[in-house]
Amino acid sequence: MTATTAATAGTPSRRMADNPWLAFAVRRAGRLLVSLWVLVTASFLILHLIPGDPVRAALGPTAPASLVAARRASLGLDRPLWEQYLDYLQGVLTGDLGSSLGSSLPVSRIIGQRLPATLELALLAFLVVVALAVPIGAGMGVLTRGGRRRGGELAFSSASTVLGAVPDFVLGVGFVYVFSVTLGWLPVAGRTGPPSYVLPVLALAIGPAAALARIVRVEMLTALRSDHVRTARAKRLPAWQVNLGHALPHALTASITLGGLLLSALVAGTVLVENVFSWPGLGSTIVSSILEKDYPVVQGVVLVYGAGVLLVNLLVDVVLSLLDPRSVIRES
Amino acid sequence: MTTVAPGALVPLTDAPAARGRWGSVLRTPVGIGAGVLLAAVLVLAVVAPFVWGDQAEAVDTDAILQGSSAAHLVGTDNLGRDLFARTMVATGLSVRLALTATLLTVVLGMLLGAAPLLLGRRAGRLVTAGIDIAVAFPGLLLALFFAIVFGVGATGAVLAIGVAGAPVFARLTSTLAAGVASRDYVLAARVAGVGRFRVLLRHVLPNIAEPLVVNATIGAGGALLAFAGLSFLGLGVQAPDYDWGRLLQDGLSGIYRHPEAALAPGLAIVVAGLAFNLFGEAVAKGIGLTSATGPVRRRRTTGADEQPVTERGPGAEQPVLDVEDLSVAFPGAHGTVRPVRGVTFSVGRGEAVGVVGESGSGKSLTALAVARLVEAPGEVTAARLDFRGTDLRAGGERAHRRLLGTGFAMVFQDPMTSLNPTRRIGSQLAEGARRHQGLSRAAGLARAVDRLRSVRVPEPERRARQYPHEFSGGMRQRAMIGMGLMGEPALIVADEPTTALDVTVQRSVLDLLAAIRRSDDVALLLISHDVAVVREVCDRVLVMYAGRIVEDLPADRLAAGRHPYTRALVATVPDMAVDLDAPLPVIPGRPVDPSAQPPGCAYAARCPLASDRCRAEDPPLVADADGGRVACWHADEVAAGAADGELAAAGAAREEVA
Ligand code: SF4
Repeated sequence: MTATTAATAGTPSRRMADNPWLAFAVRRAGRLLVSLWVLVTASFLILHLIPGDPVRAALGPTAPASLVAARRASLGLDRPLWEQYLDYLQGVLTGDLGSSLGSSLPVSRIIGQRLPATLELALLAFLVVVALAVPIGAGMGVLTRGGRRRGGELAFSSASTVLGAVPDFVLGVGFVYVFSVTLGWLPVAGRTGPPSYVLPVLALAIGPAAALARIVRVEMLTALRSDHVRTARAKRLPAWQVNLGHALPHALTASITLGGLLLSALVAGTVLVENVFSWPGLGSTIVSSILEKDYPVVQGVVLVYGAGVLLVNLLVDVVLSLLDPRSVIRES
Repeated sequence: MTTVAPGALVPLTDAPAARGRWGSVLRTPVGIGAGVLLAAVLVLAVVAPFVWGDQAEAVDTDAILQGSSAAHLVGTDNLGRDLFARTMVATGLSVRLALTATLLTVVLGMLLGAAPLLLGRRAGRLVTAGIDIAVAFPGLLLALFFAIVFGVGATGAVLAIGVAGAPVFARLTSTLAAGVASRDYVLAARVAGVGRFRVLLRHVLPNIAEPLVVNATIGAGGALLAFAGLSFLGLGVQAPDYDWGRLLQDGLSGIYRHPEAALAPGLAIVVAGLAFNLFGEAVAKGIGLTSATGPVRRRRTTGADEQPVTERGPGAEQPVLDVEDLSVAFPGAHGTVRPVRGVTFSVGRGEAVGVVGESGSGKSLTALAVARLVEAPGEVTAARLDFRGTDLRAGGERAHRRLLGTGFAMVFQDPMTSLNPTRRIGSQLAEGARRHQGLSRAAGLARAVDRLRSVRVPEPERRARQYPHEFSGGMRQRAMIGMGLMGEPALIVADEPTTALDVTVQRSVLDLLAAIRRSDDVALLLISHDVAVVREVCDRVLVMYAGRIVEDLPADRLAAGRHPYTRALVATVPDMAVDLDAPLPVIPGRPVDPSAQPPGCAYAARCPLASDRCRAEDPPLVADADGGRVACWHADEVAAGAADGELAAAGAAREEVA
């Protein structure tokens, strides 16, 4: 199916005329900008989509009308919608996300305080996911290729199905019970030192790791069946070189798209896991802000999470294009 | 970029899924287990409030926050209410809310997904672009966003989870619908002036219903988990109502005092989520929606077939390749299948031997088996398998790595897929030489450039730095041949080396192979379905049918073959004199299915000379006076031309090529 595209791309003149890499970069940048714009607009609209008056809701039914009016004015809610929108866009561009209704602190400061904890959690979990899923998935692929070791395959797929189906927050609660309550090995909550990272990171990582390991195994099986791996075997390379040098890169490249989805889901998963472990990050912040109806904070954190997901997606696309130059050309 | 809906299961084939397979799904162990589990969850959701409702509400101030006991299986909460009863009763609300949200997802997703069909191009594209942006965000994040918009509480959460799931479902619907919408009957309906909405309802939806239902089932599991999550965060169900997420949150705060309160609802969430998930996946697998193909079942193979071992064909004194009674067996669904059965031949130094036969004759597999590239579960047996005097059967693949790596070259059919698309041509060529001949990176690359030049790749220095996709088909095949020349090959096995190439470059690749053979004294084993190619390049031809060699003869005597199949094959080659507008001749009948070999001659069903003996006994491959070999009871009659009339009639039967 790609033969024709590749053939046309192979002629030098054609390649000069429209550089696929440039086209790729332009398209990606365009999509990112549109997505960012949708994100910012969505977060702006939060204040206007919620039923009723957000200020009244935040201050409670007993607050005096004058206070409500003043608060509305300070939020700019009394001005025309488009004016507020332009203001909001400008604020986002300059890093001014307004102030918390509760603490009056600037939202950007709150985010600055809370973001590192969430980032640490997500990055560590991501590392654990990759460190577990790639060797296990690839190893299982090699061991179970061509229908070998049916028992091992069955054990692997059952274990990974069940682990992949346990939601992270339930897993977190289970971990707390086993490792904190029963064994007393690890702290039950908070971010106090290296041991306190273990459970939240694992709770966040295990599910995606199981899912990714399954994907890697299937892709590894496909890669091991492929013609070019047969060529590598025909070169009489040792098995490790065929598996690691030829099959694995292929399996990983093929796993990246789905893996990226898992990764961005992992970003969102921090919200729940942070609440299990009272982790002082953005996830705890957004939930408490929603419950306190502190909308400027909610808007700001939504922006950060959304931007985080878009960043992950962009990274995945870039990595994919570097690993598999054909994906760039295939697209154009 | 067209990623299908993430995690969605789509049909493998575009044939509409047959009904009635749902029943068969429920007979598999996983299907039964998941079905029973799901049924239990659903029944519990309905009856639990009636059975445990009163107990769940009974406040008992004497039994506040107790651990598990005989009276209270998982203890009590801060009002002394029985937590087992509450967990059970919560099934109702949890499942009901999840199903409501799923229903919303399905309706909304189908409407959005069908938008391109309903709204026409412009508006449809806008909707699709919106969906594309939305699916980039994880469902949980979307649910959180909509939970803010729709407000805290059960209703808000239902709306939030329902809406958040819609983009993925919409993507799935539009992918499936697009597959159906271009089918003939849908196009016919549109041409006939049937309205868009009607086309959707009557023609499109019924044909994509099964995958949609399956994905909705799995989606319901996801909704259940998402709901538990929102309630756990305090954004979903609000007191005094309770679902599992709410119970889990209450339990977590007291996990030191009595963990059962958190573990019971946690377990319930996992079990119910798994029930939906597993059931959906089992059904998906049963009706062929999953993309992961199950591996072939492996069975121990029995001993080799009782095939008469006949004399070897005439090779040179010390053959490069000497094969005797080679068989390949694969475990199949109905016992062992033997696509190659007792093949015996040899290839002399510098000799070019062709192997011809229809697809499925076992010729390519013979090549792979000789090269020791058949992997488990395939099993290769042979009475002799010598390459340059070394017994390849002895020792593992490690033992002959160097010998084969430098002396035995393979050229495969499709150079597009046979080269590693992610590595530069030069490094792919150098790889084997670096391993087997200990060349440095630079020396390996230099040799690669040299070999590329010798296979007439222009600008080899520049080309060596390029990726396979930057090569044309013919150049790729040249590079592939160059790869085989990196060592000092004594044998090149080329498996249909020109089949995947443009007609215009086939000739130059064949010429290249012939030139290499002449100049370097390399033996060639050329596998091809094309008699004309083999006749031109090779000295000797092995004709294969149904996994056996049926004739072995010099290439220039192909037209005078003694086996009816050889004659038929030759008759299919269009020669210059034939009217080009006449349909191509084909051999009537179909090749034998390797899993159902007849007892007698495998060709009997298609052979114009077949007698009762042919159908009862398989003819052995016997040497004749001219140094050829043939396996046919009536070979002499064929040779004598006694049956020329019949043969010509059958062999040249001109059928329309559909
Ligand atoms: S053995 Fe009989 S059936 Fe088989 S090819 Fe010869 S004549 Fe035909």
